[in-house]
This record gives sequence, structure tokens and C-alpha cells, in this order.
Amino acid sequence: MTAVATSNTVILGIETSCDETAAALVLGGNDVLSSVVSSQIDIHARFGGVVPEVASRAHLESVIPVVQEAVRTAGIDPSRIDGVAATVGPGLIGALLVGVSTAKALALVWDKPFIGVNHMEAHLYAGLLDDPTLQFPLVVLLVSGGHTMLVEMVDHGTYRMLGRTIDDAAGEAYDKVARYLDLGYPGGPAIDAAAQKGNPEAINFPRAMMHDGLNFSFSGLKTSVINHVRKNPEVSNIDVAASFQAAVVDVLVAKAIMAAQQVGATGVVLGGGVAANSRLRTQLQSQGEINGLRVAVPSPEMCTDNAAMIAAAGWYRLGSDGPTAMSAGANPNLALPVIS
Amino acid sequence: MLILGIETAVEHVSVALADHRGILATSLLASDRRHAESLTPMIQFVCAQASINTTELDAIAVDAGPGLFTGMRVGIATAQSMAWALDIPVIPVCSLDILAQRVTRCDDMIAAALDARRGEVYWALFRPASETSPIVQRLTEPVVTVPEELAALLNERAQEVVCVGSGIERYKSRIEFVSTAQYAGPAYSQPNAEELLTIAAQRAIREEWVSACDVKAMYLRVPDAEINWATRQTVQEN
Ligand SMILES: [Zn+2]
Repeated sequence: MTAVATSNTVILGIETSCDETAAALVLGGNDVLSSVVSSQIDIHARFGGVVPEVASRAHLESVIPVVQEAVRTAGIDPSRIDGVAATVGPGLIGALLVGVSTAKALALVWDKPFIGVNHMEAHLYAGLLDDPTLQFPLVVLLVSGGHTMLVEMVDHGTYRMLGRTIDDAAGEAYDKVARYLDLGYPGGPAIDAAAQKGNPEAINFPRAMMHDGLNFSFSGLKTSVINHVRKNPEVSNIDVAASFQAAVVDVLVAKAIMAAQQVGATGVVLGGGVAANSRLRTQLQSQGEINGLRVAVPSPEMCTDNAAMIAAAGWYRLGSDGPTAMSAGANPNLALPVIS
Repeated sequence: MLILGIETAVEHVSVALADHRGILATSLLASDRRHAESLTPMIQFVCAQASINTTELDAIAVDAGPGLFTGMRVGIATAQSMAWALDIPVIPVCSLDILAQRVTRCDDMIAAALDARRGEVYWALFRPASETSPIVQRLTEPVVTVPEELAALLNERAQEVVCVGSGIERYKSRIEFVSTAQYAGPAYSQPNAEELLTIAAQRAIREEWVSACDVKAMYLRVPDAEINWATRQTVQEN
């Protein structure tokens, strides 16, 4: 079994790291033949967050129907699949193991390589999957429930960490503020919807560390939202949501542009669940234009957790590192491999 | 009928391969909790030992619980994936059935109990295997309770009974007052892939199996978050 990753190679990707069960078939690292996502958002909504044991049970029930659907909608015979990639971390350990066990079993039966994929690296590949004409070096702004980071993609597999949150992730701040304002779960879409109706300039919330390097901090912003509502109980929720969102987005966009200029990147790519946010998408587009930077804003389906990005990253890893050992497990704290 | 047996619902990992002649190859990994890391290589090992290609398999048998949640999910995910890719059925078997099947030379009743942690045991009562019926028959539905509940039922039945499993080993002191009980001993504290295959072979004859998409894990316990949520709802309603 030789490791190959050509333009003709079809990879089945499987993603089960958090609350989406997903499978996708990708040809040649960037041609998405199918992408199926079964979301558990409704199952976890009443708990106000993802419950690991509940997530693991749902993954086990959905994974085969989802894989089956991905193969069916791709319209190819399973014998055409050249490798099976699955997220091995970071994520919830019990949830990850469902996808890893599934992928290894399929690879075993089909006698094809198993490829363990880093979920964060896969998010970096989502942008390229959406627009294969992007040129390195690129700056990726990755914002999700668990992460806020600015990464330079120097080349395939070569990344430099430019900045990250020193406390809360942006998505976490969204969830906490949404819960405080009673806007619902998950916080990202809930605040985004409320903010559309509010005035983003109503309250001038602090833009933490705005001109101070490329790291982020969001815990102070969350605290000032809570303090403001306490002191002004009559304030409208939609104005608070809009002003909070404006503060988050201003910082994210300013730092992304700053990072791209610092490293001489050809463009900025948005990734992660928070990238589905409407204000972030439009602000980054317009600031990129003003600064002469190409901005790639992948479709919301590519920004949130999906398996097409796992298959794409798996395709590159198969070519560079070869198959992953069948004795591999999962690592809930897997870090993005970066150069200094 | 060539069947692969997968046991990962307990502390150890056990894999075996059997056909009409009986067990062809086995692999056991004791006192190791790395189920996900070990299972696939162990399947490769037993297939290689028996010179079998996975495409020759006719069915996959798996311990579907009750047991360790993460461990049994690794086994079920593997079994259902292999079965789906090979287009063959899955034979899910209850861990307590497998445990009871380990008891030989017994004419009375078997109480099989696995340690469920938090001071509780998963248990069920069985009629033993015999000449005419080669597999144990479950007499009570599997439940999770404190060991005293099992002891109380055994006392009530006042019948000779052989007690087996890690749940018995751990809580022996709390069951010992049952005068009719005998103990199978620590050598039989866990289910394993060989007895799993004994049961699976009988079920396969009667085509008692399910398709890959219909395998259900037997948890017996709802997640803590569900319990907490239900409690909050009740408090709010009252
Ligand atoms: Zn993600």
C-alpha cells in the first residue's frame, strides 16, 4: 500500500469532534463530491451547551447513515475511495473516538490508508477548498466556540501562530453574552440576529488590545456588557447585542488586516463557526478592499464544522506523511503544528 | 458461517474469529484501557493468524453493553462500520449474556453482574446452558441498581444460584448474606469474545441479527446532564 495523493485520489473524510456528525468525499484535495452534516444543535440546546456524553451517543447513531449518504450523493462506488480520513483532535474524546473507530474500520475492510487529521489544520484548509486559486502566504482568522487565532499559512503543512486569545474565545464570549441577555443558544447566530435590529453605535464597549500586538482578549468585554446592563436595566437587548458584536468584529478585523500586512500575505481567509457571522463577513470584505488585500470568505457551510475540510487536509497529509498507523487513537488536546 | 467477535465494553479488549469448527483465533489485551488504539490492530492480528481476509466474514458480533460507555462505542462503531462496508449483518449481544455464558457445569440459576461504578451493578438472572439449549436464557431484563437489590431478589427466590462477574467480585460483602449463592470466582469476572461468539453462532443460525444502521447500544443509564435537566424541569413545574 503506497501513499499517493494525486488529482485523481478520492478521500472519505469523517468529522465527529464536537456536535456535528459529518462525512464528505473530496477528489484531488479540492473537488467536493459530497458533504453531509448532521447537526446536534437541537439536542444540546436545552442544556445550553454541548454535553459530551449526549454528543458521543448521537455520533454513534448518526455516523453510518451520514457516511452512507455521503457515498450515495457523491454517486460513486465505495471501491473508488482511496483513503479514509478522520479528525483525531482536538475535541471531545468520546466523540472523537466514534469517528476514529469508524474510519479505521472502513480503511481496514477496504484495505486503504487511514489518515488522522488535526481539526484545526482542517479549518485552515476550508478556505482553500472554497477557493483553490488562493496563493501562499495566507493569513487565516480562525474564530469558533473554542478558538480565536490568527495563523499564517506559509505553505501546505507549514503554519506560524501570529496571535491567539489570552482568555475567552470569541465564540465563548458570544455564548456567555447571549445567555446573559436571554437570547438563546448557540450564542453566535442568536446575537447576530438580534444585532441586525439594533444600533451598533448605541454603546461604546471597549475594544481590548486593539492596537497592542496580534493577541486577543474578550473576557473584559463580556464583563463590561454585564456591568452596562446592570447599571442601565432599561437598555434594549438589541442595542446591547449590536454594540457587543461591533466591538468583537472591530478587533477581529483590525488584527486580521494588521497580521496580513505584517507578514506580506496575499490575502486573508476566514474560518471557524463565528465566520458565519454577517457583520464579520461584510466588515472583513470592505476593510480588505480598502487595504488592497484579497479576502476569502468561505460559505457558512465550509466555515462551520464539516467533513470536506477533513478530507482536504487528509489528502495533503497523505501526500506529505503517508498513512497514519492503525494503532492511532484520539487526542482531545491536539495542538496545531506550528513553526516559530 | 465465519464470524468476528468484538469485546470492548469492559476494561480489557478481546477479539476472536470463529466458524462452524469453533474458535479459529483469539487475541486478548488485559488491564489496558486503550480500546480505540488496540482494537483495529487486534482484528488484523486474528485475521492474519487464521489466514482470513475480512471480505470473507459473514457477520460481526459485538458486545453492545451495558458496560463502559466509551469502550462499547469503540466496539460498536467498529462493528457497524465493518458490517456496512462488507454488507453483512451485526449480531449485538448483551454483556451480561456473555458473562453468564462463561459459567459451565451449572444446573440452577446464574446471576451475572458487572461493576457499573457509583456503587451500582448491571445485572440479570439466567437459566444456564444445557445439552439441549447451548446458550443461556435470560430470565430478567438487564437493570442497573445497588447490589442489595440483586441480593434481595435472590433471597426472595431462595433458589440455588451461581453468581458471576466483576459486580459480584466488587460487592461480595453486600451479597454474601444470600445463603443459596455460590461464586464462580474472579477468573470469570468479565465477558470475552469467545463466549460472545458461542452465543452469536446460535443466533446466526436463526438469523437473529440486525443491519449496520440498526445496532443499538444498551446504556441502561441516561447521561448525567439529562438527569439534571429533568430534575430542574420538575422543580420548575412544582
Ligand atoms: Zn471546528
